[in-house]
Amino acid sequence: MRLNSDVKTCLGCVEPIITRIIIEASELPVIVSLATGCLEVSSTKYPGTSWNVPVIHSAFGNSAATISGVEAAYNALRKKGEAKENLNFLVIAGDGGTYDIGLQALSGAMERMHKFVYVCLDNAGYMNTGGQRSSSTPYAGITSTTPEGKPTFRKDLIKIAAAHNIPYIAQASIFDIEDLKRKAKKAFSAQGPALINVLAPCPRYWRFEPQNMRKINELSASTCFWPLFEIENGRTKINYLPEQKMPVETFLSMQGRFKGITKSQIQALQEKIDNEWEELKKISSA
Amino acid sequence: MRKALNGAEAATEALRQIDPEVFSAYPITPVTGIAEGLADLASEGRTTGELLPVESEHSALSVCIGASACGARTATATSSQGLLYMFELLGIASGLRLPILMFIGNRAISAPINIHCDHSDSMAAKDSGWLQVYCETAQEVYDLSFIALKLAESASLPIMLCQDGFITTHTLEPVKIIDDAEIKKFIGFHKPKDTLLNTKKPKTMGHFSMPDSYFEFKEAQEKAMSHSIKEYSRIIKKYSRISGEKYPPIARYKTSRADFIMVSMSSVSGIAKDTVDELRKKGIKVGFLKIRLFRPFPYKAVCEALKNAKGIAVLDRTLSFGSMPPLYSEIKNCFMGNIQPYVFGLGGRDITKEQIHEVFKKLSKKDYEEGTRYIK
Repeated sequence: MRLNSDVKTCLGCVEPIITRIIIEASELPVIVSLATGCLEVSSTKYPGTSWNVPVIHSAFGNSAATISGVEAAYNALRKKGEAKENLNFLVIAGDGGTYDIGLQALSGAMERMHKFVYVCLDNAGYMNTGGQRSSSTPYAGITSTTPEGKPTFRKDLIKIAAAHNIPYIAQASIFDIEDLKRKAKKAFSAQGPALINVLAPCPRYWRFEPQNMRKINELSASTCFWPLFEIENGRTKINYLPEQKMPVETFLSMQGRFKGITKSQIQALQEKIDNEWEELKKISSA
Repeated sequence: MRKALNGAEAATEALRQIDPEVFSAYPITPVTGIAEGLADLASEGRTTGELLPVESEHSALSVCIGASACGARTATATSSQGLLYMFELLGIASGLRLPILMFIGNRAISAPINIHCDHSDSMAAKDSGWLQVYCETAQEVYDLSFIALKLAESASLPIMLCQDGFITTHTLEPVKIIDDAEIKKFIGFHKPKDTLLNTKKPKTMGHFSMPDSYFEFKEAQEKAMSHSIKEYSRIIKKYSRISGEKYPPIARYKTSRADFIMVSMSSVSGIAKDTVDELRKKGIKVGFLKIRLFRPFPYKAVCEALKNAKGIAVLDRTLSFGSMPPLYSEIKNCFMGNIQPYVFGLGGRDITKEQIHEVFKKLSKKDYEEGTRYIK
């Protein structure tokens, strides 16, 4: 396995599982750039490593710039005949390293059209430092820096990526593992930057029992809180249409981070989700 | 062959000959000429490397780190705010032991914003684990580019090659250029083992290190840094065979029987030497000492050059707020007795009472040694 089982994340963490699914989907050898975060600290403790592929961890907010350098060096060395193998380049970062501190580096790398796959493991907060809010934290979500719930809605990473007109963008979760695998394969075969935003529910700071991981993922999709869709060369396609769209409250009520959420807050969140879902259906080609 | 070049163009000409596999930078006055010059050369097909004009200095150095980890020759150029924006990555580049070549046009730090020369930028980075060389002229920029590259590669440490903003970066001088073939032979090939691109032997770079291992990483870096004094001497000797120029770590100007010596760095050296000549004509025994290699600091050579002086003046082009300026502090380090430097507690390593007892015991026994001792 490219990422072995010796990753020291918390009980019930999905990050190693998601990473394995994605990295095993690459037919070519992979070089990985890791942003500082849960997966990085739990997989690279000196003198060991959990990785059987080359990995570089530089800083928190520069993983997309780091992979730009790796890809550029590879291209230069290939021109000289000093690099012969075909390779894939992969970034793995959390939402803090993507939506916040790494957004500029990511935007730059997408605009320069490097050929790389960027995976955001989105657990909606700074879980590695104790569960602070990020710009991916949902409205009304309680974190250690928003003890009364976050007053604003989350940033729309997919729309930001789409504004760069890159060949492939997807939102995924382990609710549908085959869908995630398929998206990873598509991302690796894209002729340019590809971004996959994967939901990474965090039992520790979303405050739910690890055995409910499956249910949380299912509800994230069936409530359309986390719709599964992709944008391929500008064409949007919904990958999962729930037979019956569930109220968001069913998803929220399973998590301690929404404890004490008011009726009007739930309503505001529901309206936001409904509007975004209608918008998505309108632009979806299938 | 001689060409009329300013310091930025001299750097560009050296980079044309080095032809690094990856060059990445972000525009900042007064070094924009380097990236622009390289872009022109690339468009004329005179270089083969990848040029990445990125969206910030933070990303420029991050690109260099990623590329250098792959075994590519890598360079960048920056100044002032740009260097400060890179600061987070400076320790990562040196900690990962990557021989990145950085050209600096020394410039003042905001606020207030000012685009002209002082050394506040690179002096703020003097303890970041990068080698540092300071150039007086465009000729030195050109020649020391190759020496800096070889030094960085031999020590597996990154290097800053500093020239004074505007004074050197923008002043035309006749610069002696060496044949491409000679330079190619001198710089040779850079073939580090076990790079990030080796998928057969996958390497994890940038580990998470706890208090039980962090100190050793830093100690190894310091050893590489101090060892590079010898390497520098070896490299300049080799270089003088193709250029005829000698670039010792310090340049002594009429210091050997001088009563009074002035010490400084970079472009001020020109008028300092002129002044020495004027005073010598009047029979006043003065001399000038230029520090070229600032990291590692050549203590032995500096002490030797200054030991008989009746008075020493040190001219720093930067302040060290709340303290003494940096070059002055280094010169003072040459003349200390009964004081021993120790380093302890890196990366959270504990220090014990027994170790503190040991420090006092050594003092009472007058047990001193040259260089820093480590309490691990």
